[in-house]
Amino acid sequence: MSYRLGVDVGGTFTDFLLINESDGSTHTAKVPSTPEDSSIGVLNGVSKICDQSGVDPRDIKLVMHGTTVATNAVLTGNGAKVGLLTTKGYESVLQVARSFCPGGLGGWVSFVKGPLLAPLELTYGIKERTDASGDISTPLDEDHLREQLAQLKAKGEVEALTISFVNSYINNENEVLAAQIASEVFTDIPISISSEVIPEMQEYERAETTVLNSYVRPQVSNYVNNLQSNLEKSLGSDVQLSILRSDGGLASSRSTGDSPVNHLMSGPAGGVAGAIHFCSQANFENILTFDMGGTSTDVALIQNSKAKIRRETLVGDVRVKAPSVDVRTVGAGGGSIAFVPELTKALRVGPESAGAVPGPAAYMQGGVQPTVCDANIVLGLLPSEVQLGGDMTIHKEAAEKAVQTIADGIGIDLMEAAEGIIRIVNESMFGALRLVSVEQGFDPRDFALVGFGGAGPLHANALGILSNSFPVIIPPGPGVLCAYGDATTQIQDESSRSYLAMAQDIVTDKFLSDLSDLKNKASESLLKDGVSDSNLEVVYQADVRYAGQAFQITVEFDEKEYKTKGIQLITDAFDDEHYQLFTFKLSDGHEILMIRAIVKVQQSEIKSLANEDFSGSLEDAVIQDTRFYHEAQWHDAKIYERTKLHAKLVIPGPAIVSEMDSTCVILPDYEAAIDQVGNLIINPKK
Amino acid sequence: MSARIIETNNSPLNIIDVDGITVDLIENALKNAREEMDALVSRTALSPGIREQGDCFPMIANRDGKMVVGQFGSFIHGFTEAYDEEIEEGDIILTNDPYMCNAAVSHLPDWMVLKPVFREGRHIAWSAMFGHMSDNGGMVPGSIPTEATTIFQEGIRIPPIKLYKKGELQSDVLELILHNVRTSQWNRFDLNALVAACNTAGKRCNEIADRFGDDVFCSTMKIMLQRNYDAMKHIISMFIPEEPREFSDYICDDGMGMGPYKIHCKMWREGDKAIFDFEGTDPQAQSSVNFYLNEDMFKMFFGSFTINVVDPQIVFNDGFYDLVDVRIPQGTLLKPNYPAALSGRTHALGRIFDVLGALLGMGAPKEMLNAAGFSDSPHLFFSGYDDKGDWFQLFQIGFGGVPGRPIGDGPDGHSLWPSFTNVPNEFVEAYFPLRVETYEFIVDSGGAGLHRGGNGLSVAYRFLVDGHIGIHDDRWLTYPWGVNGGKPGKRSTKLLVRADGREEYIPAKCEGIKVHKGDLLYFNTWGGGGWGDPLQRDPTIVVSDVAKKLVSIEGAKRYGVVINEDLSLDQPKTDALRAKMSKDTVQDEMFNFGGTIEEIKARCLEETHLEPPVSPTFLNQ
Repeated sequence: MSYRLGVDVGGTFTDFLLINESDGSTHTAKVPSTPEDSSIGVLNGVSKICDQSGVDPRDIKLVMHGTTVATNAVLTGNGAKVGLLTTKGYESVLQVARSFCPGGLGGWVSFVKGPLLAPLELTYGIKERTDASGDISTPLDEDHLREQLAQLKAKGEVEALTISFVNSYINNENEVLAAQIASEVFTDIPISISSEVIPEMQEYERAETTVLNSYVRPQVSNYVNNLQSNLEKSLGSDVQLSILRSDGGLASSRSTGDSPVNHLMSGPAGGVAGAIHFCSQANFENILTFDMGGTSTDVALIQNSKAKIRRETLVGDVRVKAPSVDVRTVGAGGGSIAFVPELTKALRVGPESAGAVPGPAAYMQGGVQPTVCDANIVLGLLPSEVQLGGDMTIHKEAAEKAVQTIADGIGIDLMEAAEGIIRIVNESMFGALRLVSVEQGFDPRDFALVGFGGAGPLHANALGILSNSFPVIIPPGPGVLCAYGDATTQIQDESSRSYLAMAQDIVTDKFLSDLSDLKNKASESLLKDGVSDSNLEVVYQADVRYAGQAFQITVEFDEKEYKTKGIQLITDAFDDEHYQLFTFKLSDGHEILMIRAIVKVQQSEIKSLANEDFSGSLEDAVIQDTRFYHEAQWHDAKIYERTKLHAKLVIPGPAIVSEMDSTCVILPDYEAAIDQVGNLIINPKK
Repeated sequence: MSARIIETNNSPLNIIDVDGITVDLIENALKNAREEMDALVSRTALSPGIREQGDCFPMIANRDGKMVVGQFGSFIHGFTEAYDEEIEEGDIILTNDPYMCNAAVSHLPDWMVLKPVFREGRHIAWSAMFGHMSDNGGMVPGSIPTEATTIFQEGIRIPPIKLYKKGELQSDVLELILHNVRTSQWNRFDLNALVAACNTAGKRCNEIADRFGDDVFCSTMKIMLQRNYDAMKHIISMFIPEEPREFSDYICDDGMGMGPYKIHCKMWREGDKAIFDFEGTDPQAQSSVNFYLNEDMFKMFFGSFTINVVDPQIVFNDGFYDLVDVRIPQGTLLKPNYPAALSGRTHALGRIFDVLGALLGMGAPKEMLNAAGFSDSPHLFFSGYDDKGDWFQLFQIGFGGVPGRPIGDGPDGHSLWPSFTNVPNEFVEAYFPLRVETYEFIVDSGGAGLHRGGNGLSVAYRFLVDGHIGIHDDRWLTYPWGVNGGKPGKRSTKLLVRADGREEYIPAKCEGIKVHKGDLLYFNTWGGGGWGDPLQRDPTIVVSDVAKKLVSIEGAKRYGVVINEDLSLDQPKTDALRAKMSKDTVQDEMFNFGGTIEEIKARCLEETHLEPPVSPTFLNQ
């Protein structure tokens, strides 16, 4: 027997999914997260799930893991002390950034710039220069470099070093040489160079991204190394640990330690992967995912069971150029606080959140301000009489008291205020859905909407009505979907380079050999980790734009097709997508900015199990009667237990479906069927 | 004279009650639509100015032309008043002529696109956007000729015309216009982007009306305007005193040897109404530094600066215009007579913000008064033929130090204009024949203060081919002033180091300067003024500033802080120096201008290596 384990470390809980490789059967478990050292929680969970399932730990061969260690280091400001070597004259590169002050006219009056990830005290300009053409106009002054390194070392503070020189994206000779010399001086700290982490144009973004890599590197590699060795202790030395990347692929623990910047969106990517897993099994290939947590909501658009990838992400207020699943985040979640500014009497919800502490008013853990969660309780959508997902007691009176302050502020009644809060928060999530759909030229009506995360299933039906995306799908275990995602993704690595060539100037043989070089480079780490060559599959990408445009589109292609159609394969695909986005295309002037090889390890699919005991009736699944308030009136409803539902049943709305970690609302005039995968499929009543 | 809108559906729109939450929903949807306009343009425009730097501004207005979402206020009223034609569904108007639209746009390079939004034959809204084109023809590349004396020298003037008639592109007109500019391909794409953005906004308005109904949509826009009116009424009574306050500031020169030019404003309140009177502002200049200021736009500047205090999430709009009265005398720098040249208006535009900031802050200097720094938006033009013989034309906007503020230090080298960013130097180097050898903040350039003014930037351009440069900058003579005891920031300078080593200080406003391969231009921007008494700044912060090279060991003395060679604090010497300096401190000094105009002029040659301008003389005076 061999098993695969998916592990997702979240802010509050660490989720586990154990899959039997041979028959696809699964077990899940949840343990509290241990933020001071997440690996403790992981190991706790491993023993818990093995105890519960009776699986021998030594039969777990593969651990696939989504982690927010890198993100948390950034958000909490707990990263390493990073030293930065840059081209002389560019020491201000992080301080000046893109000179942008957020906010409208007068935004500068209140803008406060956060501390730099590589402080100015530890930033040194090096005498060297590469020109935009790639020519070296000033060779690296090695003596000067050694002097600067000695000064930096003498400060005794640096825990990680970044080297980012101007124009190194086109020629990295000086950077590589500087790194070599630096490694003689700094023998025991990691050194990241920009041309390796992100060989792309734009000196600030490249420097910032590489510095960020350095910033999280010691923490991430410590964590990953500890976890690997502890797992080896309890699961055996042949266990392989893989970490989910921001772009939805998996990387080995070694490559994660070197390039943690590729893992900043590891968490959201897991959810998207999980949603794809369940929906593609149910033959829904075009979906909008909607992952609503306590403080924020992540949405993404999936076409043909593939997530869109974008090459720039915002973490806190740091702009990172690293590939990630195109997830848009809005500051709207179950904990978002509602308030009414005195003067305008408008109802505002978020972005402030009550978080886990002090939490919603109804939990009576210190929170008194009204949150989205409180509004749901007042409306009866989150039934206070049923214990949901653990130990928290819901105090409906406290929620009512909090929401009443909103009602009084506007001068409306309690129920109207509660429903207002929900409508506003739904609207802002709808705004995020529009960003990934309408604004990218996609019609949301052509997509199914998948709701998950702690609060997603509560709002999914209402959101589906706003975006007109049906069916609305609630996958099994919506609260542990990320762990499913972790366990069901492919291991991959990629390699890319700037190309900066006009399409018409591209020579086929040269292009093919460049691609093949990239493929070999991308395969290296996988082969090093013991994957056999025959198990690798490769896809290529080119970043294309019309010459002079700042915008670029990533076009995916394979080698075989390229050999028959030539460069037109790429330019046609680009034109099509450009037309979809902007309603026009040009006939020539295509510039190839970057090329990239992505190498994936083939894997056997797992089966997933739905309830196949069809004996129970709908009545058997009823927990109790309840009622909720929707569109200005009360509706009588029943609460169902999800584990008792099966594919022969259809639940008529208004109804509430409850399971261990989440609550799903089915609105009046809608009904939910259960499919063979175990998804709840919500549609308008026939 | 005014525009006539032709509707095929004459059933009236009813103003009805809309519940507050629906208003909030529509408000959000309109805000999203506006952001979508910005995003669309930054993706599809071609010129670095619009695309990379974000020099373009969208707006959605109600059917009466009042801006419901946007940035610089509605220019539609000014336009419809001046446009004596019929407007039909599918028409899209283009103009760039300030004199034909009551200064809705303030110089010719800003091209404005305006679209009436129809739904089922009824006019329900407007969408509009203007953007700064890379070139508009005329005397100089970039089309901002300082030396122009009339608008005819500033390139092609586009009166309000229909670029699209009932949905049909008038390509003859478009080609005629593009034929007159140096960067026709950039302009073509940029204009396309502006039109696409307006069309998108129109589509979004229709979708919102689909969802909520036309009456609700139109009534909601009215309510959103009313919200702003109510909020601003409160703000005006809170911030604007009945007792008049006055403030003067200057633009340093007109680029033709005369200056400085005074901008004077008096502010007071009568009942609910705030009044801003620019009487006392100098008459119009003979060069292009005039700024034809649209009164409504000034109201918007005023509102934006104050509304954040009460509801930062509010969608700011035009609703409060009736509460503000702006009086600008005809024939002045801010309302010049046709056909005065206007292209170099950026200096006076920036200065308006310093004046406004001072007027609003004076009443509560500790809480609301910022130092000066919103002083300028320096431009660099570099044009010529590259090694392949292809024409190139670079337009760069520079950034200086953000002033010291009540909230803290000013950021170094950041933009005070909304949405502006710098252009990555690697991008500039890849597409233009120059090398940016340094891009760094200037040590000690920020004014000393309890809150330090942000440092200006020194950008060193090495020219790799022969060509011509033009520069538009200011605050080279007058200082970005300090407040509440804070010191002024350093002024801007431009030093050209020729390939043979000769050094030339070149004026802040100049054009047609020949540069050769190998020449190096140091384009140094201003530092922000300091806020509060520098002697009160925690010496350990000054030590840290020195370690960061934001302040030098010598510069630390401006804070009364003595720092040893090893960057440690010399406490006894610091105590002594601070005691000595505090004797000379002027008590309760609200503004520090670095001297009177006469004193500054007297020191000018010595300090700036440039002759002081002579006092302006005015035509028709």
